[in-house]
Amino acid sequence: MDEPTILLGRLGMQALPFYSWVALCGALVTVGCGLGFLALVTWLGRWRDLWSGWLTSLDHKRIGIMYVILALIMLIRGFVDAIMMRLQQALSYSSEGYLPPEHFEQIFSSHGTIMIFFMAMPFVTGLMNFVVPLQIGARDVAFPAVNAISFWLTAAGAGLMLISLVIGKFSTAGWTGYPPYSEVRFTPGVGVDYWIWSIMISGVGTTLTGINFIVTILRKRAPGMTLMRMPMFVWTTLCASILIVFAFPALTVSTAMLALDRTLGLHFFTIDSGGNAMNYMNLFWIWGHPEVYILILPAFGIFSEVVATFSSKRLYGYTSLVYATAVIALLSFTVWLHHFFTMGASANVNAIFGIATMIIAVPTGVKVFDWMFTMYRGRIRFEPPMAFTVGFMCLFVIGGMTGVLLAIPPINYSTHNTTFLVAHFHNMVIPGALFGYVAGYMYWFPKAFGFRLDRTWGLRAFWFWAVGFTLAFMPLYVTGLLGMPRRMSSYANPAWHPWLILAFLGACLIFLGIVSLGMQLWVSIRDRARLTDATGDPWDGRTLEWSTSSPPPAWNFDTVPLVAERDTFHAAKQAAQPMPHQPADSFDMPKNSVSGILIGLGGFWVGFGAIWYIWWLAAAGLGLIAATMIGRSFAEHTEMRVTPGETGDVT
Amino acid sequence: MTMLSDTQTRSKESESDFGFWLYLMSDAILFGLIFATFVVMSPNLAGGPGGRDLFDLANLTLQTGLLLASSLTIALAHHTAANGRSIAATVFWMVLTALLGAGFLVLELRELAQFVSAGAGPQRSGYLSAFFTLVGTHGLHVAAGLIWIGTLIVQFMLRPASPAVLSRLARLTLFWHFLDIVWIGVFSLVYLPELI
Ligand code: HEM
Ligand SMILES: [Cu+2]
Repeated sequence: MDEPTILLGRLGMQALPFYSWVALCGALVTVGCGLGFLALVTWLGRWRDLWSGWLTSLDHKRIGIMYVILALIMLIRGFVDAIMMRLQQALSYSSEGYLPPEHFEQIFSSHGTIMIFFMAMPFVTGLMNFVVPLQIGARDVAFPAVNAISFWLTAAGAGLMLISLVIGKFSTAGWTGYPPYSEVRFTPGVGVDYWIWSIMISGVGTTLTGINFIVTILRKRAPGMTLMRMPMFVWTTLCASILIVFAFPALTVSTAMLALDRTLGLHFFTIDSGGNAMNYMNLFWIWGHPEVYILILPAFGIFSEVVATFSSKRLYGYTSLVYATAVIALLSFTVWLHHFFTMGASANVNAIFGIATMIIAVPTGVKVFDWMFTMYRGRIRFEPPMAFTVGFMCLFVIGGMTGVLLAIPPINYSTHNTTFLVAHFHNMVIPGALFGYVAGYMYWFPKAFGFRLDRTWGLRAFWFWAVGFTLAFMPLYVTGLLGMPRRMSSYANPAWHPWLILAFLGACLIFLGIVSLGMQLWVSIRDRARLTDATGDPWDGRTLEWSTSSPPPAWNFDTVPLVAERDTFHAAKQAAQPMPHQPADSFDMPKNSVSGILIGLGGFWVGFGAIWYIWWLAAAGLGLIAATMIGRSFAEHTEMRVTPGETGDVT
Repeated sequence: MTMLSDTQTRSKESESDFGFWLYLMSDAILFGLIFATFVVMSPNLAGGPGGRDLFDLANLTLQTGLLLASSLTIALAHHTAANGRSIAATVFWMVLTALLGAGFLVLELRELAQFVSAGAGPQRSGYLSAFFTLVGTHGLHVAAGLIWIGTLIVQFMLRPASPAVLSRLARLTLFWHFLDIVWIGVFSLVYLPELI
């Protein structure tokens, strides 16, 4: 590699992906989609709308929708990686397959990173953003400008992630980036740096989101909404936000130390000069295990909302669900060591962490029973969100049981690092987290846009996903028990081969599931007249978000609702009364602001500069961030007065 | 349970205060993890110099004195402003705080530069990596605090009566005390065991 230059650091022509035709195609598609989007907006002449309606908007609903769009784009990218791996393993019995090993390593690393940080996190954050203020009867989040900053930092991280396919290479160190392998001595080049900076920058955004939602939920609820009257989704968001605030510093610390090792030659995790790689495992998983619950608790919240609505019944065991959520959140900090049982802790330590892990299954089991009792004797409507929820309940239980198996240290010794583990955690994140998000997306879509999503395509999507998931991952439990390690680019054991072909077929079904999601969106936009919902309450909902119009006004509620019990809105409908509310008033709403997008841009420069050693760019990024924050603190008149019902108060 | 429910009337400033407390909590965890790493790494000298060979009690005392004094002056700045006394007095205390903070940073940078030139830079050993990172993270916070003070001084002169500016000063004061507490941690966990 050439000597770094001042102007371009270590960036040069060799960074372009001519090393493999697969990577080149990926890069061309990425660039093509980006340019295509820009061309489309220009052609439609919608730059102004895009800028003032979305990119600079501080409306939590718009920010939420942008998060979900980001997540769906990254879902496609992450899935392309996944099916490429499935194809590789279906082909690579006693042969190299079509991917060189180094490229295969990039793919599982980028798949894991994208799915966790840039698909699941934005998806759940987007739903939280859109739904929580509406569910608590608030007109906005506590800090709308900070909210935009969070989004744009996440987008900056995702941007780095996508760019890594075009300029340079991505990490080969897996989504966990374990040292010493991820140190420069073994992995020089920019790959691991891309991984570090994309997740660190988006992680800062996530931390801010956590703070924002704790304050929003604890301080901005409508009059009368006590804690024990909050919808389950609000509760789970609160717990997830607390986990975010406590856990994300560990991610920041572990990745920052790795960056210091790599960039400045420090010795946190190196194998020489007194480094200690084990410390990385501890730091990373102190974040990593709570992260799993940050992803899944809000999904549990969504399932709770969906189950109650589509069973036309009050949620069963509300109090036990609240406590179960809190207990899970607490315990999630006590189990991180189960991610490295085999790395030399003593038998007693392993036993303690193993037991702690199994205990988590108890509150989780409580939840499953609560959902089943909610359905019991309910008038169940099998709409797509409900389909995903029922599918979750069936499939998740399997994953839970294999999790308890893995929590037993002796069993863990023989299954760790096998595809048994891969099957287990996909069993958690696909039926557990992703099904929940998709259910939430279909459930709240009519609130966001005023028309429902097509039912038939929604059910098709569900069946493809559920059957596809089963076919794609049950075989991996088997190969795991047959001793197949994870992350294999090729292998010579004939016993694994048929199972891996099955798994590939499963991935193809999941592909059809994703196509169905796309079709559903397309068909619904085309037929939106047929699917229009003028009532604002298409599902006979129970919580406050259904009491306002669809889409809601920028300020959510013309008059602030008054809450007298858990399902006040439903009770009002039962009694054929209008929703009780405070008298009409005037209030302030935030104006648009460019600060979010500028800080995101600055974050991107910092990351890109640090990855390629273009230090002037990194400094400029820091400068841009500081200048924006200072400038924003001087800005006056950042809000406008709104009086609902008067015309001309918003444009 | 009902006490937090009627929230429409609560002011924005109290929300900002609450949010800032949460940020400080998260930052405290960040420091806690770096402290923990330091403790784990402190035996890993890799044949290089340890704190005993490097630290200078006089410098440490001076640094600590400056920072503690600045905590006092920022409290005075906030006190004067909150009681509606003269802007000049508030600004005076803030400028003094900034000078003390800057003095602290200069001493710190000088010390770190000395270590580097004596061959005890952060690349030397795991112990020194952790030491530089811990002290450096604290120093970066102080530097950010200085930028914040500078901004607020200007805002006080432009908009002396603004409640928003006053509430920012309250949060800055909190932040500054927080850095003080972290420094006391550094002092007693990093320096003191080596000096006695
Ligand atoms: C949509 C269908 C999906 C398929 C077909 C799929 C497939 C795969 C495959 C083949 C691997 C590599 C396994 C190995 O190491 O042998 C993998 C790894 C992984 N997947 Fe997925 N996956 C999917 C969805 C997801 C989702 C939704 C998430 C997270 C939210 C996720 C997170 C991960 C992670 C963290 C890894 C580990 C990466 C590493 O080894 O560093 N996957 N997946
Ligand atoms: Cu775990």
